[in-house]
Amino acid sequence: MAKYRGITVNPQRFERTQIKFYIILLPMIILAILPLIYIISTAFKPIEELFAYPPTFFVKNPTGANFRRLFGAAENTAFPMSLYLFNSIVATVAVVFLGCFISLLAAYALSKKKFRGRRVIFKANQLALMFVGSMLGIPRYLIIKELGLVDTFWANIIPLLIMPTGVFLLKQFIDDVPDSLIEAARIDGASEFRVLMRIVFPIVKPAMATVAILFFQSAWNSVEASNMFINTEGFKTFSYYMNVLTSAGNGVAGRGMAAAASLIVVIPNIVLFVIMQSRVMDTMARSGIK
Amino acid sequence: MKLSPMAKKAGNLLNNHSHWVMLLAYLLLFFAFILLPIVLAVGLSFTNFDSVKIDSFEGLQNYIRAFTQDTVFMQKILPNTILYALIVGPGGYILSFVVAWILSQLTKTARTILAVILYLPSLISGVAVSTIWAVTFAGDRTGYLNDILIQMGIINEPITFLQSSDYLMPIMIFVALWSSMGIGFLSMLSGILNVDREQYEAGLIDGISNRVQEVIYITIPNTKSQMLFGAVMAVVNTFNTTGLGVALSGSNPTPKYAGSLIVNHIDDIGFIRYEMGYAAALSVLLLVIVWVFNKLAYKLFGSSD
Repeated sequence: MAKYRGITVNPQRFERTQIKFYIILLPMIILAILPLIYIISTAFKPIEELFAYPPTFFVKNPTGANFRRLFGAAENTAFPMSLYLFNSIVATVAVVFLGCFISLLAAYALSKKKFRGRRVIFKANQLALMFVGSMLGIPRYLIIKELGLVDTFWANIIPLLIMPTGVFLLKQFIDDVPDSLIEAARIDGASEFRVLMRIVFPIVKPAMATVAILFFQSAWNSVEASNMFINTEGFKTFSYYMNVLTSAGNGVAGRGMAAAASLIVVIPNIVLFVIMQSRVMDTMARSGIK
Repeated sequence: MKLSPMAKKAGNLLNNHSHWVMLLAYLLLFFAFILLPIVLAVGLSFTNFDSVKIDSFEGLQNYIRAFTQDTVFMQKILPNTILYALIVGPGGYILSFVVAWILSQLTKTARTILAVILYLPSLISGVAVSTIWAVTFAGDRTGYLNDILIQMGIINEPITFLQSSDYLMPIMIFVALWSSMGIGFLSMLSGILNVDREQYEAGLIDGISNRVQEVIYITIPNTKSQMLFGAVMAVVNTFNTTGLGVALSGSNPTPKYAGSLIVNHIDDIGFIRYEMGYAAALSVLLLVIVWVFNKLAYKLFGSSD
């Protein structure tokens, strides 16, 4: 090991001693990025290449045929693909906006208001960080049935609006907003909602962006509702449709179409994260559980 | 604008109790989709609910059944779940921390690009299972792994990896670890980068002489809270990926139950055989397991509370 020379975190310049880290990371970087390259490559493969033996990895003659077949595919299902896509977009937009709004209200109350029960609620939320919906599939199904959500479009939206992680991250961020700022606004006669929207919201935008991404991921990638709560084909989402395409045993020919659908599912996730990553990191700096 | 005294009074009242107004939607959702399912699972676990009616109160019979009569549960499901959780939970967590630390030793641009790339798997994991891993490990010659192994002359006949009771579990663990660098990883990276530089300088004066000591005496104590968040997220990731065996092999139960975990067993019993009382008891057992893992994380990294 090289001689220890003190602080090496967040170096300003590249140095030769950093090379070993790149070498260690290399296999992981390859494993992380190859699947994405594979999806992109397969999505643009013409039929001959999909059938090729031995299997090829990279596309040689890229074509948009898989996407054309995907958009025209009515033979597998009674509904056009665009309907699933439309459902996904509507459900995702609704989940992101409603989810963020509900979480912001709750986080602000838990952070800046003094009332009895606050600690209990926050502790419960913290405990619920570990909650995974699929663990309680049966009672969740029964509740969604009792609420009359089964086989309605709302099943795509309402169960996803609660996200303890989102409330937690926002609350930690709001904790750092100076009380004096809020007090000053209150003295000027601003109502609590005004304080929240005019003073707090602009400051916690990075955390809002992060939570918005988390809501986006949970809604856009969700297949639970389409699989379990919804029978009407016309209410199901694009991620579900993609899953059907990939697992329906369409064989090799279906692979190209499935890859094209996968790409449509994956790309918004990646683009959003890349755009927002500095804000996400800013939020994560405050994510610690004390 | 002039408000009538009544409206003003109502407005004031609302403003003074605005925290409850603000919390209303959140609390309702929390109650309906988190608290109530837990209560309901516990309640149903004492009955023989069959999705339509409850005939009898079973007491602890469902729990006794799990440990004495359900041989599949005791011999396959429970050992599988524990093995999977013990490797994927701590393994994914350590991997996330080590990678986060390595990234913190790089310059900003390189770090940002590599962090995005390394975070990719957790972003695309839902899609990747069916499109990529099922193809990579496919059981005929068109599977990439089989193709490579045949070309290299290691095997002559393709191996049906995903239907094999020997290979399914290792593949599940591999895929789960592959996608384990999620927001816990980002949190820890951010935590390491935000350690006060003075801490390192003080450590240098106190005689820290290598990077291992630096990590143990400076980095970890100063990022404890992020490490706890990361640990909780590792638990979540572990139990979020429990559908892998079914997704990869394409059947529930998985071949010879090789890749079946508690969640799959619950679905099998509850939604396929409609023995929901017993399934609820298994859900409660799973909750206890997750809670123990969570407790452990708090024990290791939580401040005394």
